[in-house]
Amino acid sequence: MSQFLVLLYDNVDDADQWLHMSPEEMQRVIEKLVAWSEGLSAQGRLVASEKLRDGSGRVLRGRGGSPTVHDGPFSETKEIIGGYFIVAAADYAEAVRLTRNCPHLEYGGTIEIREIEPMAVPEQAPAVA
Amino acid sequence: MSDAEVRGLVDHLFRHQAGRMVATLTRILGAHHLELAEEVVQDALLLALQRWPFHGVPANPSAWLIQAAKHRALDVLRRRALQDRRAPELAARLLADATAGDAAEPTVAAEIVDDQLRMMFMCCHPALAHDARVGLMLNVVAGFGAREVARAFLLDDATAAQRLVRAKRRLRELDVVFEMPAPDDVHDRLAAVLDTLYLLFNEGYSAHAGESPVRRELCAEAIRLARLLAEHPLVDRPEVHALLALMCLQAARLTARTDDAGELLLLPEQDRSQWDRALIARGFAHLDRSAAGDVVTSYHLQAAIASCHAAAPSFERTDWARILVLYDRLLALQPSPVVALNRAIALGMVHGPEAALGTARPLDGEPSLRRYALLPATLAELHRRAGDGELAREYFQRALTMECTDAERRFLRRRLEQVVGVGEAHVGERTTS
Repeated sequence: MSQFLVLLYDNVDDADQWLHMSPEEMQRVIEKLVAWSEGLSAQGRLVASEKLRDGSGRVLRGRGGSPTVHDGPFSETKEIIGGYFIVAAADYAEAVRLTRNCPHLEYGGTIEIREIEPMAVPEQAPAVA
Repeated sequence: MSDAEVRGLVDHLFRHQAGRMVATLTRILGAHHLELAEEVVQDALLLALQRWPFHGVPANPSAWLIQAAKHRALDVLRRRALQDRRAPELAARLLADATAGDAAEPTVAAEIVDDQLRMMFMCCHPALAHDARVGLMLNVVAGFGAREVARAFLLDDATAAQRLVRAKRRLRELDVVFEMPAPDDVHDRLAAVLDTLYLLFNEGYSAHAGESPVRRELCAEAIRLARLLAEHPLVDRPEVHALLALMCLQAARLTARTDDAGELLLLPEQDRSQWDRALIARGFAHLDRSAAGDVVTSYHLQAAIASCHAAAPSFERTDWARILVLYDRLLALQPSPVVALNRAIALGMVHGPEAALGTARPLDGEPSLRRYALLPATLAELHRRAGDGELAREYFQRALTMECTDAERRFLRRRLEQVVGVGEAHVGERTTS
């Protein structure tokens, strides 16, 4: 079984929707999202999850001499990573299946899935890519 | 996985917690900072929304939320420290307040209830118009969002939001204090709170305003808030129990008032086995406690009327004579055309439709009933029972030209068809006396 990094992107243009939500509506959103992650957990597929702090992080770039450090992601970015899950799945198809019903998608969010390379002696590449 | 399996989130937790937190923060920060309190509470809920899906629901969600709201308030005050000389003092008060502690701790729990009572008294300030009070009660005390308030009152979102903003501005202008009323004022101030809760309840109960599920929640909220009053030594008064009795006894019939297709059912048509026995029992318990002392309010009389219905094994075997006596007393206490109309219905059950028509007909022409579809509908029913299909038809048709909900319209059409179709055959009538 492999591990997959599931990145949850928030669309900056959709941020307004939360401001007008009532407490009751917010609770319902939380319940849906928590039910989803508890579902992963109950299936033994949730490895880890973390929320990333809002606001700019730092972007370091190495170009020749000393690296440049900037606040980032860049201001023109429309989608910002809000947090991530690490899930266990056999392959991408299963990782997608576990993720496609994530309620994050109902609220205009985007999800990116990347397989995590295991720290082990490189295996032989699969015969069919 | 269903919502029920999400650990730690009680139904309506956020809504109720929002009301409690705004009340507690308003006490600490002062009535002038109601909007700041609301803002940081909203922020705290939003923070929960952003974090809990990743971190899981905390062991004590309420404590997490109030802590988060306090921290947000401290952030805001720190930012404002330069423009607002009082900001550091408010921040110090926030830090010193213990209400963020364990709500299971009795003193903390009692303080939180006190805060909500103070908020109710503030939102029912006598200088505010009735609509403003009901809106504030729902928004500020009960934690309904502006859009939910709009849905509850059948307003468009912008109008509802505007009204709330105006009501809050008015509160600021009035320079209200966030305190329990002085002992001498409790009676009057409590009357205003009870009125408002009753309006809130009726807004949910009356069929006149649509079938949105939010309406049923208004009844539940009104009962929940009234119970806070009833359980508090300062306001544990007979009239509070009378109102609670009335609300419980009426709410017990909510489910039975519509059939499976959502059609309205009148009292004689309702399946009484669907009445909520637990609520009825609670209603009677409050009715008992309302009898302490010698004060008789309109809530006492209305609750007593509701109790006659609740106690009756069937529509036919209802104690209409007692109901009529109670209506007589209610009309004396609160002379209004609507009460007079209801009394006429009871009169009709005791002395027949002609007697009822004798008192109901003069109400036709009352300015306050000009847009009240229940008046022509009642006159139609009485004429139908008196055997005058022609007039019954006319009145049903008139009722249909007036403002009412889809369910009411379907109901009136159904009745009209019965009168037209079967002439004067007294369709569906059960005997009266």
